[in-house]
Amino acid sequence: MGGKTLTRADLAESVVQKIGLPRNESQELVELVIKVLSESLAEGEPVKLSSFGSFNIRQKGERVGRNPKTGQEVPITPRRVLVFRPSNIMKERINAGLGRRRAAE
Amino acid sequence: MIKSELIQKIAAANPHLYHRDVERIVNVIFAEIVDALARGDRVELRGFGAFTVKHRAPRVGRNPRTGAAVSVAEKFVPFFKTGKDLRERLNDSKH
Repeated sequence: MGGKTLTRADLAESVVQKIGLPRNESQELVELVIKVLSESLAEGEPVKLSSFGSFNIRQKGERVGRNPKTGQEVPITPRRVLVFRPSNIMKERINAGLGRRRAAE
Repeated sequence: MIKSELIQKIAAANPHLYHRDVERIVNVIFAEIVDALARGDRVELRGFGAFTVKHRAPRVGRNPRTGAAVSVAEKFVPFFKTGKDLRERLNDSKH
């Protein structure tokens, strides 16, 4: 799918273009949104964003893993992992967009 | 936390902005991520994580009840990989 990679700067630029805020303020707002999301998740509180998706925290128990290089068995400690579940709207929009690109190729 | 609570927190930290503008700003940010993925781009937010799209090829599936073969069209699925900082922070407090 060889597309570009967008970063914080590109998200801030869309705020500049669509809302008309100054660039530095837009950058701060993008940063703050990411910070607030991260803090909620780090505290173990899931995040639900309608029409985007939800971030949930899953608790994983201890299991036995293996060092792929040496084949040695090593215990994997219990941990919390983040899983993102996209909304149906997101899935539909992505399939509409990329399906159309496919058809044009 | 739901979107309205996120907006509330952003608004509280930016008292000079109208609440409805904060709402628009938050929506623009998430819409831009979806638009990028729908164009085939990826979005990498260092420290938080990266959104990408994975391609699922068309395949012949089976109705598990009847065993009948059904063709499943190709599709694209959004995927999120947690960033290193956030992955570590998820476990800091717990252990």
